[in-house]
Amino acid sequence: MTSLLEVRGLTKHFPVHRGWLQRRHGVVRALEGVDLTVEKGECFAVVGESGSGKTTLARCIIRLLEPTAGSVRFDGEELTTLRPRQLRPRRRRFQMIFQDPYGSLNPRMRVAKILAEPLAVHDLVPRAGRPQRVEELLDLVGLAPEAASRYPHQFSGGQRQRVGIARALATAPDLLIADEPVSALDVSVRAQIVNLLTQLQEDLGLTVLFIAHDLALVEQIADRVAVMYLGRLVEVATAAALFAQPQHPYTISLLSAVPVPEPVPAGGRRRGRIVLKGEAPSPLEPPTGCPFHPRCPIARERCAVEVPTLSSVGEGHTAACHYPGELEREPAARVEAS
Amino acid sequence: MSAPLLAVRDLRVEFPSRSGAGQPLAVVRDVSFTLEAGEMVGLVGESGSGKSVTALSIVGLVPSPGRIAAGSVSLQGQELVGLSDRALQPVRGGRIGLIFQEPMTALNPVLSVGFQITEAVRAHRAMSRKAARAEAARLLDLVAIPDARRRLDDYPHQLSGGQRQRVMIAIALAGEPDLLLADEPTTALDVTVQAQILELLLRLKEELGLAVMLITHDLAVVAETCSRVMVMYAGEMVETAPVGALFDHPAHPYSRGLLRALPHLGHPAPRGHLPSIPGQVPAPGELPPGCPFTPRCGEAMAVCSQGAAPLVPVGEGHQARCFLHVGEAAP
Repeated sequence: MTSLLEVRGLTKHFPVHRGWLQRRHGVVRALEGVDLTVEKGECFAVVGESGSGKTTLARCIIRLLEPTAGSVRFDGEELTTLRPRQLRPRRRRFQMIFQDPYGSLNPRMRVAKILAEPLAVHDLVPRAGRPQRVEELLDLVGLAPEAASRYPHQFSGGQRQRVGIARALATAPDLLIADEPVSALDVSVRAQIVNLLTQLQEDLGLTVLFIAHDLALVEQIADRVAVMYLGRLVEVATAAALFAQPQHPYTISLLSAVPVPEPVPAGGRRRGRIVLKGEAPSPLEPPTGCPFHPRCPIARERCAVEVPTLSSVGEGHTAACHYPGELEREPAARVEAS
Repeated sequence: MSAPLLAVRDLRVEFPSRSGAGQPLAVVRDVSFTLEAGEMVGLVGESGSGKSVTALSIVGLVPSPGRIAAGSVSLQGQELVGLSDRALQPVRGGRIGLIFQEPMTALNPVLSVGFQITEAVRAHRAMSRKAARAEAARLLDLVAIPDARRRLDDYPHQLSGGQRQRVMIAIALAGEPDLLLADEPTTALDVTVQAQILELLLRLKEELGLAVMLITHDLAVVAETCSRVMVMYAGEMVETAPVGALFDHPAHPYSRGLLRALPHLGHPAPRGHLPSIPGQVPAPGELPPGCPFTPRCGEAMAVCSQGAAPLVPVGEGHQARCFLHVGEAAP
């Protein structure tokens, strides 16, 4: 396999200014030396809770935000050092889908114009051919041709997200970055959009970087998964390995916190849930050593001092933990009758 | 058998149509249910199902210009529909505590959390300022905020999302309620924090004998916490059941679809074939005739679009609003 995206040491610090003189008060360490490789044609998911840096990561990769340090190679070419003018034509090849289909479509444009705009910006299709291309795009995402003459507010949430996907596909990109694309949608339509993304990935040979917080959903769609905590990757593995044999205590706790759609029998109780103490610390003052150690059920002295790096714990499976695999994980059947 | 804690009968909530001239839009239609003391019940539905409006109707807080057009809400035998705001005062935040989704917007950012809890305590119980402050500290302790006495002087922005939701719960408990209405209390929270808050709600239910109505879109959360569940779709209560019965043998095709569409960690569906419900939730003004689920239903019959479906008993404490079960109902 060849890699489409190679990220090395990607770091983003946001300075915080405070007070009358706007003195520099500190830095929010949103990303700290992230390394990852995305292969051509795979769906690579980045999961994490709010504030973990997953959206910042996506935005730094395609330079919607300027990274503080590190390297991003897209199809062999370094992106971080390109001038804006050099970068612009390359943007055709990586497109983004946003969480909120309400906020990311211009309410004053008809769908035909929304979809034709990227064609014009990147000079892809001559004006006369655009209506036909718009129709193809609508068909690709399962919308009727009549949708072209409507405004975004005339669609339901799920249909609007289809328009967002069609717009991202307009430039025939190689990489699609989907930032929480179904979080704002109802359960019954969420599955439709997830299936559409999987089908497009296969039919068009797309590479997808999927940003999400919903682990059950990620299991459904991803080939490989990276788990983020406080600006760092703490575990990277194939979806199968990550969900069957998680190694990092944070991943294990996160998986155990996901509510299970299986009722507890009367008089029984659920067992095996690892309820973490507290919440993720502020990236303004990250803890010393391992960022997870203050909440980790198996933290030891070493963890407060030494930052663990991602190291191999199995075939294609890495974890940033001094004691990987030590936290006991209950078997999947966690319902016990008393 | 004693009277239920809360009984809602034939509730109908209408909003005037946009033009003002047409038929009013009924966003909640013929909703009836009861809640017993000390039970935790889930009210499940997607956006636009009417679940939040149903909850707000209980405490007379339907947003204007909406109004309760028909029906009754009775709390321990007292009729609440038609009461003035003044008469509802001891009910709202008193006998019925309220928790909302977004703790950041529900708390006042310029007042300390101690002040806000104390205010709620004094609104419902005759207490001196000093005693109320001590009570506020006790409540913060009850919702497991560490070092409660010192946190009283904190402002909401100094707290994390989970702690803010704990403060909201402390305020909801200030009037010593019998019933807690929790509208998506964990939707804005991370999954590890959600687990903490659900655990807290379960503990409070046990310790204080509270009844809790958990309004949510997430059936997995209901499975983890509730003993009964009510499913709403497009303004109607389509199924009511003990949680076990709903998950084992859902009777309404909508409930079945919803359960199938739920991703289950550890049990992924084949790639690209995650079951979904075709179509979209209808807008309130564009309801199809008859059962509103008909256009999306795989088992629809001719009769389904001809008239409203009846609520049919299908098991013990288990009812479904569906023609499929009309024939098989036991006499």
